[in-house]
Amino acid sequence: MTEAKPPAFEDALVASAAEERVSVATQWQLMWWRFRKHRLAMISALVIAAFYLVAIFADFLAYADPHKTEAFRSLIAPQPIHFFDEGRFSPHVFALIGKRDPRTFKRVYEPDPERKIPLRFFAEGYKYKFLGLIKTNRHLIGVEGGAAEELIFLLGTDQLGRDLWSRLMIACRLSLTIGLAGVTLSLVLGVLLGGISGLYGGAIDTLIQRVIEILRSIPTIPLWMGLAAAMPRDWGVVQVYFAITVILSLIGWTDLARVVRGRFLALREEDFVLAAELAGVGQMRIIFRHMVPSFLSHIIAATTLALPNMIISETALSFLGLGLRPPAVSWGVLLQDAQNIQTVAISPWLLTAAIPVVAVILAFNFLGDGLRDAADPYG
Amino acid sequence: MSERSKADAPLLEVKKLRRFFPIRKGLLRRVVGQVRAVDDVSFHIKRGETLSLVGESGCGKTTTARCILRALKPTAGQVLFQTAAGDVVDTAALPKRALQPFRHQMQMIFQDPFSSLNPRMTVFDIIAEPLLASGVKSREQRRRRVEELLELARLRPEFMGRYPHAFSGGQRQRIGIARALALNPSLIVADEPVSALDVSVQAQILNLMLDLQDELGLTYLFVAHDLSVVKHISDRVAVMYVGKIVEIAETKHLFNAPQHPYTEALLSAVPKPDPRLRAERIALKGEVADAAQPPTGCYFHPRCAYAIDRCRTEAPQLEETQPGHFVSCHRAKEIELTGVEAPGIGKPS
Repeated sequence: MTEAKPPAFEDALVASAAEERVSVATQWQLMWWRFRKHRLAMISALVIAAFYLVAIFADFLAYADPHKTEAFRSLIAPQPIHFFDEGRFSPHVFALIGKRDPRTFKRVYEPDPERKIPLRFFAEGYKYKFLGLIKTNRHLIGVEGGAAEELIFLLGTDQLGRDLWSRLMIACRLSLTIGLAGVTLSLVLGVLLGGISGLYGGAIDTLIQRVIEILRSIPTIPLWMGLAAAMPRDWGVVQVYFAITVILSLIGWTDLARVVRGRFLALREEDFVLAAELAGVGQMRIIFRHMVPSFLSHIIAATTLALPNMIISETALSFLGLGLRPPAVSWGVLLQDAQNIQTVAISPWLLTAAIPVVAVILAFNFLGDGLRDAADPYG
Repeated sequence: MSERSKADAPLLEVKKLRRFFPIRKGLLRRVVGQVRAVDDVSFHIKRGETLSLVGESGCGKTTTARCILRALKPTAGQVLFQTAAGDVVDTAALPKRALQPFRHQMQMIFQDPFSSLNPRMTVFDIIAEPLLASGVKSREQRRRRVEELLELARLRPEFMGRYPHAFSGGQRQRIGIARALALNPSLIVADEPVSALDVSVQAQILNLMLDLQDELGLTYLFVAHDLSVVKHISDRVAVMYVGKIVEIAETKHLFNAPQHPYTEALLSAVPKPDPRLRAERIALKGEVADAAQPPTGCYFHPRCAYAIDRCRTEAPQLEETQPGHFVSCHRAKEIELTGVEAPGIGKPS
């Protein structure tokens, strides 16, 4: 066993510059490097960022007042933009002529290639408040000297003659944000109660776990219906929906709480936590310096996967008539208009609201996957 | 114990230490039994000495170590520790808060060099954490001390900015040792510090620990199951079986002339370089006794080749058969047991 004394220093690997970079990389750097390799997740992150930008600039991107109805413009088909006019770049649309079909008596619209309507960027249109603060009437596109809603129909119109493109933009705002408060509340409650449960153990732990089991046995759809009926009559639809998401988040924290509790239980037994305890490190520092960082990344990933859930439940509940209702504008409300065979057969453009729903859900799921893979660089 | 009469009180004296784990069952989590992980363990360690605690997995060595450090609260018994100031405190009786001033005088080296270092902290942060906790406010002071400690552990101070994942198992164990030394402890409890390492690295770490003992006058409680390691490092050895110490003696005596049949069996299992000797290995029959339902009488009797009727009914007590050699066996004086002939046993000078 006994042998020559080892050299003065254990000769550690003489690292190359690249290896040295990894040696001193923090947890977040390692995560970022791994996440960056996940191409799909990177693209998804950009897609989601784009969606939220749309939500912020919804009024700017819309060109027609989303609530303005006009019977004479009902169910117009999407209208293509022509970018070039006789070789020059000059985006324009053809004016539409409304006629009555002599056989079906249905109103049909036909483009008139003679009347070109040039599109203007940063044109003036209906008045709105940007971010609810700055009064303006500028929009990305519009027409010179006329009302855009009478002339441009990029994605067509619905039964009541409202412009679908503009409504889709505005719907982004509500659909992408209405559940955030609920998700945040769930997150806070889950981490807090799960943390208490895992840290203190004993009777508190048992109590919280039993409460979780009871909450998990409550069926949400009947509860949702009950709550929707119980809300004060004078509240607006958005207010009611918001209130319900917040109330439901009071029972939605259980999954995260279980995860957090499990992590705390596991970490309590870790040697490095014991080492810190033996060194006299305070409990608060042990929790926040040693325990929380090792599952923070998991919480981020779990939240990313909870967000699409909130979007899809808005869409699904609104579609069923339980969630948001007109006059609120959300993806689910837009899809309500597409509930019958008539729509699918005659005006399929009403289904376009499904595209952003699918896109954003997929993006969130890919992003969550990427984050989860990158979350534990030491695993 | 005989050392009590001497002027120099032992650094650590454990008296009748017990740690039982309740077995809970059912919805109401009623206690239906006890696992007697540590049952009536007594021993002492002199200043500057190395005592090894050996035994099979699950015999309670780690639990004993953790009770001494108060990572676990003992069910009963005393852990008398002589503090740097010279007075003796019973750490088993003190509430956790009152323990704080003495905590840093006992430190631990862990078995697993991977889970014992927080992967999210740099080497500097890991080693400086005890310093920070003990109130070394200046970062410059901490940096100097960490440099010193890394040099003590034979690691390059330049690497303090790295994270643990950049190091090998042996190097990580050195980091763990540097952390344990940060607050100048007098007692180091090493819980199988080399069992997770390669044999070649084991020797390096053991030699480092021996060097540090010389340089800093450390006292070790060394928990291990590998007897060749124990032989190399310890002054005295205590053998545990199902929560009890069955034999405790100086390393040389224990290895040359064991007096407990269990010690004999353990010694015979040590790999020997001479293949002709291998046939003599004693294979114990049966399984290790269950600490929740230990057998009557001597816990070892179902597996013991020398057991007589008395062993089945009456539990033996730890008795001094020779000066400094304690055995818990009814037949210690009658039976002739074989040890291992090992010249040059004990610590290298």
